[in-house]
Formats: sequence, structure tokens, C-alpha cells
Amino acid sequence: MDDPFVIAGEAMGSRLIMGTGGAPSLDVLDRALAASGTELTTVAMRRVDPAAAGSVLEVIAARGIRVLPNTAGCFTAAEAVRTARLAREALGTDWVKLEVIADERTLLPDPVELLDAADLLVADGFTVLPYTSDDPVLARRLEQAGCAAVMPLGAPIGSGLGIRNPHNIELIVEAATVPVVLDAGIGTASDATIAMELGCDGVLLATSVTRARDPELMAEAMRAAVTAGRLAFLAGRVPRRRYATASSPPLAG
Amino acid sequence: MKVIINGSTHELAADASVGDAVRLVTTSASGIAAAVNGEVLRRACWDTTPVADGDQVEVISASQGG
Repeated sequence: MDDPFVIAGEAMGSRLIMGTGGAPSLDVLDRALAASGTELTTVAMRRVDPAAAGSVLEVIAARGIRVLPNTAGCFTAAEAVRTARLAREALGTDWVKLEVIADERTLLPDPVELLDAADLLVADGFTVLPYTSDDPVLARRLEQAGCAAVMPLGAPIGSGLGIRNPHNIELIVEAATVPVVLDAGIGTASDATIAMELGCDGVLLATSVTRARDPELMAEAMRAAVTAGRLAFLAGRVPRRRYATASSPPLAG
Repeated sequence: MKVIINGSTHELAADASVGDAVRLVTTSASGIAAAVNGEVLRRACWDTTPVADGDQVEVISASQGG
């Protein structure tokens, strides 16, 4: 079934965006990326490490996957804008996963700084994919600011708590005219399926794969889960009923 | 003169450029960006932009994350 995932006019065959954080080695990451089928993967921007063996960029490029730099670790709009500009210079892409967090303990987005940064980056020509809280109003404001997608969290980054407020995710999906990507909180395959059944256009995850006992196998599970959820969403679930509806015809009198 | 590159102090020649500073911490030819005192500097300008005593140079690349 031809059902491309389109962000800012770019079509992708996979609705799973995989992050690269948390993998125990580049080799494990490489196999997980391949098993996930992802066509877009995030990286962080950090000081060069002269002692680093191998490069995450080489692994990503060898798989033909598009790279999405993030602004992880930034607490203010000014820091996030500078990091995005460094990423554009280093990686030659104007796409950015915009993260502006409020504190280390929750890693929750700071909505005021996030919206500020989105305004500045859109004005500077970036394709902005903001990691946001599951607040439908903030999602709307980010879309109005010109973001190419909105990426609400299901639960805090790395928590694996799944989708704590599916009702809010539904409200965001209902109102959005840009793609909605469920970002953060996925713990296992069923969480990814639920995100897609709620109508999200894609899922972004890292920890649930990279820190699984078998990352490659979990990547394959996530690939199937996102596909299953998408197909179920398109197919349309049956209504929930309080009492039984016989699925076999009644016995003849 | 002393230049702070990625948080560490380095001794550079008086006529050193941003390119010289970058090459002190990495041999990578791609996937690198640099900022001087918080301002991102295009790669094409690295070798023609001098660094000054006390400048803070950040040299960054992609790492696993997100």
C-alpha cells in the first residue's frame, strides 16, 4: 500500500523516526537502524571527541538514512538557535528537531523558550520539527509559527511510560494540518501502535530500541508496530460496545 | 596567545586562524562546525578569520543522541 509519510514536501516510506541515543555501540546501532526501516534519524551536536572511534554520521550515511540534528541539551531559545545553526553548517541540512528543555530531571519542554526558538528558526529558513508537550494549544501555536510538524511527547524522554494522555494526542491530531509525530515515552511496541491508532502520522523513538535487551529485534518490532497501527487507523476500528454482538449468524429455529 | 578551544586552553601562534584552532582538536574534514565567541562561522571563512587572545572556540560534530 502506497502511503508515504510527507514532511515539508519530502516523502518517506517509513513512519518510524529513530533516534541514535543510547546504543551500546555503533555496530549495534547500525543493525538496529537497518532493522527499523527508518529513513530519518536524529543525532545530537556535541564538542568533537578526538578519541572517538568511528562516526555515527558514517553509519547513518552508509545506510542511506537522512540525518535530523537535534538541539538536545539546550535550555534557552538562544542556545537552541545557535545549536541549530551549528548543525546546519556541520551537516548541510536545514531540518532540525527543536528541543528546548526546562530541567534535567523531567526533560520536559520549556514552552515559552520553545515557541521563541521556533519563531527565530522559521524566520532563519529552518524546517523546524519541535519536540513539545502534549498540550493542544501549544501544538497549535507551534504550527502557526510555521513549524513543519509537531512532535508531542507521550511521556518524558527515556521514561518508557507510553502515552499518558491519549485524549490530548487525539486533540492535537484533530486540529493539526501538519504531521503529528509522537515523540518520547514509547516503552514497547504496543505504545507505538497506539500512537498510530490515535492518528499520529509517525513515531519518534530511541531508548525503547537502543536500550532494549536486543536492540535489533526491538527495532524490527517497532517497525511492525508502527505499520500495524497505521493500517488499523486507516482501516477504522469497530465501535466499542457494552454488550456482545454475535459474530456468527443465529442458529436456525 | 592563548585560545580556549572546547573548554581547554591552547597556545597558538600570533597569526593563527580559526582553521588552525579547529585542526588542533580534529582531523575530520566534514561534519564539523565552529563558533567563535558564540557566533557560528562558515567553514569557507575559517582560514581567513584570525583568532584573538582569549577567544572561545567551539568545535562540534554529530554524536549519538535524540
